[in-house]
Amino acid sequence: MDNSLTRALRGLGQQFTSRIWRLGYASRFFLALLLHSGTALRRLHLTIREIYFTGVLSLIIILVSGLFVGMVLGLQGYDTLARYGSTEALGVLVSLSLVRELGPVVAALLFASRAGSAITAEIGMMKATEQLSAMEMMAVDPIARVVAPRFWGGVISMPLLAALFSAMGIFGGYLVGVQLIGVDEGSFWSQMQAAVDFREDIVNGVIKSFVFGIIVSWVAVFEGYDAEPTAEGVSGATTRTVVTSSLAILAADFILTAFMFTGA
Amino acid sequence: MSRTTLDLWVGFFVAVGLGALLFLALKVGNLASSSSGDTYAIQAKFDNIGGLKVRGAVKSAGVVVGRVAEIAFDPEAYLAVVTIKVDARYKFPRDTFATINTSGLLGEQYIGFEVGGDTEMLKAGDTVKKTQSAVVLEKLISQFMFNKAAENGDKTAENGAKK
Repeated sequence: MDNSLTRALRGLGQQFTSRIWRLGYASRFFLALLLHSGTALRRLHLTIREIYFTGVLSLIIILVSGLFVGMVLGLQGYDTLARYGSTEALGVLVSLSLVRELGPVVAALLFASRAGSAITAEIGMMKATEQLSAMEMMAVDPIARVVAPRFWGGVISMPLLAALFSAMGIFGGYLVGVQLIGVDEGSFWSQMQAAVDFREDIVNGVIKSFVFGIIVSWVAVFEGYDAEPTAEGVSGATTRTVVTSSLAILAADFILTAFMFTGA
Repeated sequence: MSRTTLDLWVGFFVAVGLGALLFLALKVGNLASSSSGDTYAIQAKFDNIGGLKVRGAVKSAGVVVGRVAEIAFDPEAYLAVVTIKVDARYKFPRDTFATINTSGLLGEQYIGFEVGGDTEMLKAGDTVKKTQSAVVLEKLISQFMFNKAAENGDKTAENGAKK
């Protein structure tokens, strides 16, 4: 009985220490990544290729989900606002919730599961098939050649995808609210323009999506680089990418919101 | 370096993304309307500004002619000092009357200019002389209640005297 208790405590301590150890390794990896980013920016075609894989190929899922999220917001928002007789504020509701929160957060979650997992699996497979070691043998730094372009590709794609998500969502809200239900078109747009501030709302939303882009790309490349070089290792790393980056996005969103949207 | 189809797709993606940002800035946000043209600053002192906020509208005859730039507290006179940036296209007489109004029953508050008849115009740095504070609904209701109560009190007193 005493024996099992100490074993449980020891296991807990070991888990904790290994988490801290991994966090330190991830931070050191992030610094190395930033130091080796020069190559990724100088040989731009490497980064452009990654923008194609992470950004362009995520376009369809981002646009379609944005449209549906906006349409649902239009329906639900109308239903609630109708109780207070202020359905003209539908544009304000749809645009503010998309630009401030849903655009950056949902786009980042989709991005993590669509592009982040792919990055992890790719780098993990390169490690498992010893392509990374082969690069080191040829005196090519895999962080500069493989990791940094994927990281920057993700960081550049994320704000653009989030902006597209928000724009598409507002269009979806317009379709449902104005075209389907029949909210007055003029007040839909004019109340929206009066309520949405460029610096307070739109720029803060872009900053959010930029931070989420850094988080997702960092987690994705680190998990791939740190993956055990086996089939199970790569699949575990891919799962960890989606779980860790989703949790990190939501936590970071709370912190950023607390900084940005408190007070008058 | 040769151009590839990949570049075309990435270029398309970046252009569409920037287009979405521009749409958000111009059509959804108020970037176009807020940054237009020159303004001049005037001040107005109020006993009570109610729920007026910085960037709130300043309207004359219902048309937006400026924005609230700053709200401060005057510690000597115990008044709220509101700095207003008025569109340079519009001039107002010096005896303009500034009131704090509410748009709709529960809407946000804005400053209304009621134009006077002075021939001299307000210049940058001037202070509006005549102002009217925000209407505090609770005060209005309590005043009404007190008046009613006082009237009833008088009536019962009169009735008592007759008997």
